[in-house]
Amino acid sequence: MKNNRRNFIKLAGIAAAGLALAPKAMASSGGHSPVKKNPAGIDAKRWAMVIDTTRLNTKEDIAKLADICHAIHNVPHIEGKREVKWLWSAPYGQAFPEQENPHMSDEVHHREYALLCNHCENPPCVRVCPTKATYKRADGIVAMDYHRCIGCRYCMAGCPYGSRSFNWGEPREGLDLAKLNPEFPTRMRGVVEKCNFCVERLAVGKLPACVEASEGAIVFGDLSDPDSDVRKVLRERFTIRRKPTAGTEPGVYYII
Amino acid sequence: MRMQNGFPIIVGLLLFIGALCTPFLVGTAVTGTYKEPELKLPANEKNCVESKEFMREQHMQLLNDWRDWALRDGKRIYTNHAGKEFTISLQNTCMKCHNNKADFCDKCHNDAAVTPYCWDCHIQPEGLK
Repeated sequence: MKNNRRNFIKLAGIAAAGLALAPKAMASSGGHSPVKKNPAGIDAKRWAMVIDTTRLNTKEDIAKLADICHAIHNVPHIEGKREVKWLWSAPYGQAFPEQENPHMSDEVHHREYALLCNHCENPPCVRVCPTKATYKRADGIVAMDYHRCIGCRYCMAGCPYGSRSFNWGEPREGLDLAKLNPEFPTRMRGVVEKCNFCVERLAVGKLPACVEASEGAIVFGDLSDPDSDVRKVLRERFTIRRKPTAGTEPGVYYII
Repeated sequence: MRMQNGFPIIVGLLLFIGALCTPFLVGTAVTGTYKEPELKLPANEKNCVESKEFMREQHMQLLNDWRDWALRDGKRIYTNHAGKEFTISLQNTCMKCHNNKADFCDKCHNDAAVTPYCWDCHIQPEGLK
């Protein structure tokens, strides 16, 4: 074949077209993402929790759930100001300070309320975290990457609910090392920690540990799905959330 | 032209260059006796998540990617180049085969004088004391 100008331009055109198409063809054939979600896991657009305080309202009952939660997540047991907690209890005045009045029903006033991270729609802890160690996942769970936490405690100042604890000392000193859950890490000195809505259990299709142990007193589900368990309960029962004036839109509701 | 104080200058220079070279000379003597650490490899498993060479050079990068995929994206299943699937977890996947940190991780890390902070939080299979 004679190498004239016409042939050269034709070949150049084909080569240019090939260059433009090749990456896409290659990407569609072999270039897939190496990771995926566990098909056994459960997913939601917005996870939420409803706690029935007519059924779960004593220190002992809530402590039982807290013990299970803390054992699963290797949360250290430390007395006093350096306490580390994911799930705990408080009386009405501390749980709902804005919704108190001087002539409340004695029964409601004297209940204990189970408290935990509210996994807010507008989480102030996420806004203030300088390293993005705390972040909101697509399913509404406010999660933490302890590798990134530098222990500045801005999130603790930001959280209106006291849901975050700082590890002032070595958390392993507050743990019974023989009874650790070997499937979950501990934390180290100098990081903040909090409830994670049992994200590691949801990923394998289990409900959060406190929900499972509550014998129906805590309902968990997808807030964005009108047919979900939580939406059914919220339709039928009167519920309140903690500190509504903070504008954080908590994901934990309390049946009063 | 004759060098002023030539003898002490030349001797001083030779001594100086000799001193500069000693680390290399002594160093080869040390590296000559250095033996690669003998790792205790898992007994019932021949293949790691990726190839031996990849794991040797890139396991730290893989662990970083695993962390971000699991924690941030919620994607906890990794498919390797052979198409086999693994649950993304240091404690529940890696250390189930490499069931002794002292016999595996520490061997190279000690020789390379690196102290990764994995075990500040993660629990080694031997348990904590």
